Amino acid sequence: MNNSEKTILSARGIGKTVKSGTSDLVILREIDFSVTTGEAVAIVGASGSGKSTLLAILAGLDTPSAGTVELDGTDLFAMDEDARAELRGRSVGFVFQSFQLLPSLTALENVMLPLELAGRDDAEEASRDVLAKVGLAERLTHYPKHLSGGEQQRVALARAFSMRPKLLFADEPTGSLDSDSGAGVIDLLFGLNRSYGTTLVLVTHDEPLARRCGRLVQLAAGRIAT
Amino acid sequence: MNHVTQSWRMLARDWRAGELRVLAAALVVAVASVTSVAFFAERVSRALVRDAHQLLGADLVLTSDHPWRKEIAEEIARRGLERAQATTFISMSTNGENAQLAGVKAVSENYPLRGRLRTAPEPNAQDAPALTGPSRGTVWIEERLVIALKAPVGTRIKLGNATFEVAAVLTLEPERGANFFNIAPRLFMNIADVPSTGLVQTGSRVWYYLYAAGSREKTSLLEKDLKNQLERGQRLENLESGRPEVRAAIERAQRFLGLTALLAAILAGVAIALGTRRFVERHLDGCAVMRCFGATQGRLLKLFGFEFLTLGVLSCLIGTLLGFAAQFFIAQILGGLLRADLPAPTILPAVQGFLVGLVLLLGFSLPPLVQLKNVPAVRVIRREAGAAKGSTLAVYGAGLGTLAALLVWQAGDFRMGAYVVGGFGAAVALFAFISWILLKLIASSSLSRRVGVASVALRYGLANLRRHAKGNAIQVASLALGLTAVLLLTFTRNDLVDAWRRSAPADAPNRFLLGVQPDQLGEVKAFLAKQGLGAIELDPMVRGRLTAVNGKPVSERDFSEERARRLVEREFNLSFAEKAPAHNLVVQGRWFAPQDQALSVEEGIAQRLGWKLGDELEFTVGGERFRARITSMRRLKWDSMKVNFFVIAPPALLQRFPASYISAFRLEPGREALVNDLTERFPNLTLVDVGAAVRQAQSVIDQVITVVQVVFLFVLGAGLLVLYSALVATEDERRREAAVMRVYGASRRQVTGSQRVEFLAMGLLAGVLATAGAALIGQLLARRVFELDLPPSPELWVAGPLAGVLLLSLNAWLSARKVLSASPALTLRDSV
Repeated sequence: MNNSEKTILSARGIGKTVKSGTSDLVILREIDFSVTTGEAVAIVGASGSGKSTLLAILAGLDTPSAGTVELDGTDLFAMDEDARAELRGRSVGFVFQSFQLLPSLTALENVMLPLELAGRDDAEEASRDVLAKVGLAERLTHYPKHLSGGEQQRVALARAFSMRPKLLFADEPTGSLDSDSGAGVIDLLFGLNRSYGTTLVLVTHDEPLARRCGRLVQLAAGRIAT
Repeated sequence: MNHVTQSWRMLARDWRAGELRVLAAALVVAVASVTSVAFFAERVSRALVRDAHQLLGADLVLTSDHPWRKEIAEEIARRGLERAQATTFISMSTNGENAQLAGVKAVSENYPLRGRLRTAPEPNAQDAPALTGPSRGTVWIEERLVIALKAPVGTRIKLGNATFEVAAVLTLEPERGANFFNIAPRLFMNIADVPSTGLVQTGSRVWYYLYAAGSREKTSLLEKDLKNQLERGQRLENLESGRPEVRAAIERAQRFLGLTALLAAILAGVAIALGTRRFVERHLDGCAVMRCFGATQGRLLKLFGFEFLTLGVLSCLIGTLLGFAAQFFIAQILGGLLRADLPAPTILPAVQGFLVGLVLLLGFSLPPLVQLKNVPAVRVIRREAGAAKGSTLAVYGAGLGTLAALLVWQAGDFRMGAYVVGGFGAAVALFAFISWILLKLIASSSLSRRVGVASVALRYGLANLRRHAKGNAIQVASLALGLTAVLLLTFTRNDLVDAWRRSAPADAPNRFLLGVQPDQLGEVKAFLAKQGLGAIELDPMVRGRLTAVNGKPVSERDFSEERARRLVEREFNLSFAEKAPAHNLVVQGRWFAPQDQALSVEEGIAQRLGWKLGDELEFTVGGERFRARITSMRRLKWDSMKVNFFVIAPPALLQRFPASYISAFRLEPGREALVNDLTERFPNLTLVDVGAAVRQAQSVIDQVITVVQVVFLFVLGAGLLVLYSALVATEDERRREAAVMRVYGASRRQVTGSQRVEFLAMGLLAGVLATAGAALIGQLLARRVFELDLPPSPELWVAGPLAGVLLLSLNAWLSARKVLSASPALTLRDSV
């Protein structure tokens, strides 16, 4: 296996059970799953199949009830939450269905945020570059509420790629967009993915989007179906 | 980029977004009000103490029944203090055939060292301050003497072997008021003229005074040193010992001012807590995103901590500067009223204000801020994770405790600090609890079902009340708190100020009538009633000397305190009565039955002489002894200017002793001729004019009331900020819900209707709670702190609930307008 085909993410025996009233509700069970560098993987499934929970666990945002996740060679759940946060800061980017832009920050400042948190002195310059790449060079000082949904998601993409993450997690990135805006965002996502050499793991209902990924992982009732 | 730079950036961004403005405003108002109150209160109280010294004529008065040794007079000058001297004695003054006993006061030209004598060119003419005492060869005489001697200004009157020209009518003598029982009409002369009168001979009854004035340190030191050198018949008087009624007024003034500072700070704390809660709610998502992008918990805490600390320091600085400017402004406005210049401000109030501000911010914002660091990153996917929690009182405990300690320090009065801080804490908890219970009851599902059939708006409104019971309870409690402050400062403050004014009313007695014999009682009463003075009360007075306490003989040597020694040395004015005087309050024990062998004593003298309930006192009256036990303690209103007695016994105990009667009544200006009629008809009576003393006490109180009214405006500002913060606290959530209702087809009427129902119920509840709170706190303050009677205010009970309803109705209207003017999609998109 050459360097470009190294496993960057692997999950072993992932299970997630939550309390629901007096009984236990099993959301995920016995998930084994790995992703190699440069891959684009779509996790698909019906609503309630556990896709978003799986994504949150793979990204270290949530903790599993059972199993382990190794991200970039590090056992995520052997670390505490702060160490996971630092690892995310170094290696991971995110795109969310609801964009999660900070309403009080301009487009530029939203993109600068992760760079500033990483202590980068070139935060502004780097953010301008990446916003230009997503076609928003003219809207740097606009606040999220003055941007369309597609534009907001492009700012979110710029923010995610500004850190040049090894791994990008996207949770329903087109879920809040109409089909035209969604198609534009998909094009951008894959374009950036290629140019930055990022590995992509996304959760989606959107068939055109899923089809553009190299691999599909189907979830049904908390298990991998294919 | 380090944490500090990053947090400054966050501060700038949050400021730009308007997230921090309410917080900063609350802090600036708090610090400005605390510092301006502290600056001004400090300056005023220093000025009041200084002005009060004017009532003594000096900072320290040395009194003796024999001439002071030369060394003592020299010692005063040697220590760099100002010095004046006086001699008083009683002498007959004559103008041809007219003769009148005069209370002569011979003074050095620089008398008084504090305050001014005031004189007029003729009786009832406009008076003016005199720059020096009378010059040699002249005298200044009181109006009563002008009338009695028929000696207007310019007349020459005889005093002993010498004659003097009446140069002015004396209208005000600062020292007047103390010992007025012994004062014949006053005559002022130059001390250098005393030898020429030949009136001061061996055996003459003469008092010798030395006056000293200067810095507090120097006078205190002098007082301390001289105390040990005093001979028999000599004593020292400072403000503490000399003028209990003035001290009472000053103490009240300080309490009023302290109270305003406390209120402003606590209210600002509430506004800050509410403002921070909103800030936190609006930053939960942002923090979750920051967690996703690698921010550790410690990092978040540092970033927000620095951001708030910077905000705090800047706001406190602005607040302190504003407070400093404001107190100059207030001093400027009140310059005329205060008459005298205020002493320069010191740095201490600025430090206090700054500290209070920082403690307020950290104490009330850190607990909710800590929530931000705990936001789980998974909130970016599951929004319900890491929702803002209501902070309990326990979370704010450290902040509240520190703040309480600081405020008590600033108020300088532990009891008042504890009342206000504890009262507000209890009010918040109680308000929240009652609101929660009542909102649940109002919105109970059976009630909703019954009334909901009639109106969708009503059903939704009630449902909202139920669903938001906890949040609404907090909001109602905060609103009630803000409203309590506003009501307390509008209605209750006026009532308190009125009650205070009444405690030394403008129609307070200004004449004391002494020496009425038992067989003259009927005649004197009839005479005064005929003169239109109504039914005058005459109280019996028996002179008696305290000889033993609990069987142990009493001597002045048993006491170290000068005032206690004097009390024991002199004869007491004892009185007897069946009922407690109306202006006295029995604070310990029970008022005696008419046949009891019992005494009721004033609590201050009891404390000074170490008497307790049950102690047996023995008095000697005209060579005969009687004993009785103390069965009650009374609190007196010294500033009422009414006749007061330290010791009152049942009639059965004292009736057998020779008594004279005393009364206090008010003589309106222009009726001075009555004085002559009365003394002509009853030559044995003494009528003492205490009008000047009353006017002085009244003017001190009036000054302070004006100051307090101005200072209250700040507190009102803080109260309004609390109201605003409470109103906007749930705005986001309500907008979101209304937008959802609109999406699902709710009509404009249904949206506004449901909000109106919810707000009306909350407004009414907040209004009633605030009214009850203001009434209760007002009563508590009046009775326990200010020792005043505060009648219930019906206007408050109308205005309070009405204010709550109107305020929330206005808010419902504004809030509905915002929701209805924006498209639901936009509202919902903003809020995701």
